[in-house]
Amino acid sequence: MTHKQVRLGMPGVRGQDEPAFDSLRPPSPELVDDCVHCGFCLTTCPTYALWGEEMDSPRGRIHLMKTGLEGAPLSDTMVGHFDACLGCMACVTSCPSGVQYDRLIEATRAQVERRHDRTPKDRALRSAIFALFPYPRRLRILRGPLRLTQRLGADRLLRRSGLLERLSPQLATMQSLAPQLGKAEPTPERTPAVGERRAVVGMLTGCVQREFFPGVNAATARVLAAEGCDVIAPRSQGCCGALSTHTGREEEGRAFARALIDTFTAAGVDHVVVNSAGCGSSMKEYVHLLADDPDYAQRAADFSARVRDFAEIIAELGPVAPRHPVEAVAAYHDACHLAHAQGIRSQPRELLRAVPGLEVREIPDSEICCGSAGVYNVLNPEPARELGDRKAANILSTGAELLVTANPGCLMQVATSLERSGRRIRLAHTALVLDASIRGVPLETI
Amino acid sequence: MATHPGHPSVPDRSDGMMHGLDPAAEDRAQTAPAGAPSRGGTVADVLAELRGTLPDEALLTDPARLATYECDGLAAYRVTPGLVVLASTPEHVAATVRACARHAVPFVARGSGTGLSGGALPHAEGVLVVTSRLRTLHEVSAADQRAVVDPGVINLQVTKMATPEGYYFAPDPSSQQICSIGGNVAENSGGAHCLKYGFTTNHVLSLDIVTPDGDQVTLGTRAPDAPGYDLVGAFVGSEGTLGVATRATVRLVRLPQEVRTVLAGFAGTDEAGAATSAIIAAGIVPAAIEIMDALAIEAAEAAVSCGYPAGAGAVLVVELDGARHEVADEYAAVERICRQEGAFEFRMATDAAERAAIWKGRKSAFAAVGRISPDYIVQDGVVPRTALPEVLRQMTRISAEQGVRVANVFHAGDGNLHPLVLFDGSKAGETERAEAVSGMILDLCIEHGGSITGEHGVGSDKAKYMPRMFTDDDLDTMQLVRCAFDPHGIANPGKIYPTPRLCGERSGRRQGAHPLQEAGLGEVF
Ligand SMILES: Cc1cc2nc3c(=O)[nH]c(=O)nc-3n(C[C@H](O)[C@H](O)[C@H](O)COP(=O)(O)OP(=O)(O)OC[C@H]3O[C@@H](n4cnc5c(N)ncnc54)[C@H](O)[C@@H]3O)c2cc1C
Ligand code: SF4
Ligand code: SF4
Repeated sequence: MTHKQVRLGMPGVRGQDEPAFDSLRPPSPELVDDCVHCGFCLTTCPTYALWGEEMDSPRGRIHLMKTGLEGAPLSDTMVGHFDACLGCMACVTSCPSGVQYDRLIEATRAQVERRHDRTPKDRALRSAIFALFPYPRRLRILRGPLRLTQRLGADRLLRRSGLLERLSPQLATMQSLAPQLGKAEPTPERTPAVGERRAVVGMLTGCVQREFFPGVNAATARVLAAEGCDVIAPRSQGCCGALSTHTGREEEGRAFARALIDTFTAAGVDHVVVNSAGCGSSMKEYVHLLADDPDYAQRAADFSARVRDFAEIIAELGPVAPRHPVEAVAAYHDACHLAHAQGIRSQPRELLRAVPGLEVREIPDSEICCGSAGVYNVLNPEPARELGDRKAANILSTGAELLVTANPGCLMQVATSLERSGRRIRLAHTALVLDASIRGVPLETI
Repeated sequence: MATHPGHPSVPDRSDGMMHGLDPAAEDRAQTAPAGAPSRGGTVADVLAELRGTLPDEALLTDPARLATYECDGLAAYRVTPGLVVLASTPEHVAATVRACARHAVPFVARGSGTGLSGGALPHAEGVLVVTSRLRTLHEVSAADQRAVVDPGVINLQVTKMATPEGYYFAPDPSSQQICSIGGNVAENSGGAHCLKYGFTTNHVLSLDIVTPDGDQVTLGTRAPDAPGYDLVGAFVGSEGTLGVATRATVRLVRLPQEVRTVLAGFAGTDEAGAATSAIIAAGIVPAAIEIMDALAIEAAEAAVSCGYPAGAGAVLVVELDGARHEVADEYAAVERICRQEGAFEFRMATDAAERAAIWKGRKSAFAAVGRISPDYIVQDGVVPRTALPEVLRQMTRISAEQGVRVANVFHAGDGNLHPLVLFDGSKAGETERAEAVSGMILDLCIEHGGSITGEHGVGSDKAKYMPRMFTDDDLDTMQLVRCAFDPHGIANPGKIYPTPRLCGERSGRRQGAHPLQEAGLGEVF
């Protein structure tokens, strides 16, 4: 596919090569120009924290986009700096000028995926990831004992890609953390509200969440019901497309998005509740993702407006179910896609603080990503590991015995890092803690 | 002149400084003295010398990477550096500067690149020495009230590390969350609390520097008030023209027992200004006293929803700190004065979160102006406090006459104005008009006995205004100091001074010797 190049009338000072972006949705020059180059975003950027260099900072990446729009080529170096971005959106939070870096990097990644020649090894790794992650049924095999996992390894594509070697430390951790991973209880299609019905909500069951943390989905449904929601979890639902969209595989992401919109529209719900931060943020972005699709633009806008994070909806409805004590010292970890991408920070903290007996501590440098970032830790294991280790050290410094967060990716990443440091603390999704408190059962039993 | 369509913040004033052209070559031609170590050297010579000495990943030569260093916080000026060195040790800095000295290649230091006067603007034929990887906090000593830090350490980080000990680093530029100590030293940066606590220069005890010859020397001592010339004082505020700071020993200040932050809403800046004067006249020295006008408030609200009093034509932020009973007395006086001068709303922050909310509006104001105007110039001028109301009135007049909106945020206590001149670069003529207004504002400051910069420095941007404020003699004398440190003129050339002085030769402008030399008081180095 060839597209018309963007021409801004710039003199050809950037060399003779083809410019970085073609005219099919390049990063918007207007959004690029919103950046006033003040640098306020630098200190919260995980890659700047690691390497201290401009081209791996938000300001530097936006500047690279700008030079690209002015005609600089999409060189391997430039792509390398875009690839190194975790998409954690800490820069969106810290930018006083309201620069929409999220939209800029998404557009840039799509151009990179379409127009940049990756090495065969990199290509194989990426194809393998996207042949695996968005499909719960394929993921399920990874849950089994390693023996079963090796069966997957017999698959030529997976073997060539080296994906399993990269995943295996995490898989091993997950298996050791959750030895009881047995048959995943599917979330019931319908869970009726307890007491007065205050809302009818749809529930996304997710891919990783569903296969690796089935207890979280069950707890989510119970808490929602206890708070007066009829919970509908359509069995036919697929992946939300977050991993694809955030990695520049726009078309794949759009296909997932359309299907999900159809499923939940058919379910006729007031809100769609999501307990995985990455999925929630990408569903709230459908409005942009499908803006150019005449059949879906309006439906996507309506859909995005209905999407709520788990903690967000409960705070919005106002919690009514009585809480029982949960005696523990907890640290709350902000998942980037919850805190930065959706601006949800106070709700989960307030819900946790309202649990009698639970002390909630803050983690130093909480705004800096743990390195999980979707599939970033698989694509860029080294920086991811370093960020994970920093996060683990900061978590341990709080002295907490329980870590609460709202994203499966963060849980896996942090667990692996803690394991490496030889320390263990218990991990739980916010929903698990609330469920234990509402039901009056000890956290251990969940 | 090449144009950047819709560049981020300020008009393109890069005449002749764009990619492809070579301002550095001109500088070298003028400044390289007879007898310089090796003449006609290039960046390639420096690079060849550094390969092997410095790790490869510290030497950036890829065009995409170099491009990300082409500007600082003043993005209108863009020059792609010839070479970027990411130093991780003082020795890396020294090796780089030595190589530059040997080949008579200019170098420019850069910290976090937030400067607003183009001080860290690179040279196309020069080396940019970046300190952002030199970020170790070596020591925080409460007993000594000292911190020893690398130049790339972020200002706010020093305070964060000292807070548990009951101390903080007093200079607090609005950019404190990202600007580096090296940059603060070079710019003699200040912030809202400088009224009471002074600028960076009042808080630096000692500096390790790499001189423009590449020597590593220590200026000052850990103990206060070393005998001899105050070379630390000379270095602070020198904007990278006297060498590169590689370590700083800074003073820590005890956290006050009590802090009260108040926010008062007024009908306009006249009333807020009158309240400021009355507070100071009453003998109160607040830690900070800041004014924002209606446009600046609008921008801050758009950015951070700071919840300032609705309908205010100006807000006054006053922070009182010190011993509890003293603050309580001062607070009562400030409230009385504000109400007398017409404050229609008066609030006090009751906890840290509310205080942070008040400051958030103020500290994000510059960058937030991007929300209400596509482009803007951040101006920086100083006037005596008593001239504030008159200067503000004149500014309003100029703004109305020229049809250019000007938002005002300023450190009212010390008369440091930060007018934000708003324009839309994509509309014909607006850039030029904004530029003109910006210049008129500086003239206003000079006319009223003030200065062309309070804290952002002269850099590339204001060099042309220096002759409006200083005579040729003044400027030449200043350059004699510079020549003493940098005889070959390779340390950040082209900044501060409109005409580079020829160390070892007579000034291009002057016929005959400098009067100081003729009087036997000064020497040419
Ligand atoms: C939104 C915003 C708000 C600001 N608010 C304020 C404010 O309230 N008060 C204020 O004073 N400033 C303010 N500034 C300006 C700027 O932040 C300060 O000048 C700051 O000190 C620059 O630090 P930096 O690390 O970014 O330096 P840079 O921009 O990288 O460099 C600035 C100058 O210092 C030199 N330099 C840097 N490091 C060294 C070193 N190690 N040795 C020798 N020279 C060196 C450079 O050559 C250059 O001339 C603001 C800037 C922005 C963008
Ligand atoms: S999204 Fe995260 S990693 Fe990427 S530029 Fe922003 S802060 Fe840095
Ligand atoms: S904080 Fe915003 S405006 Fe400032 S450099 Fe970062 S993205 Fe640009």
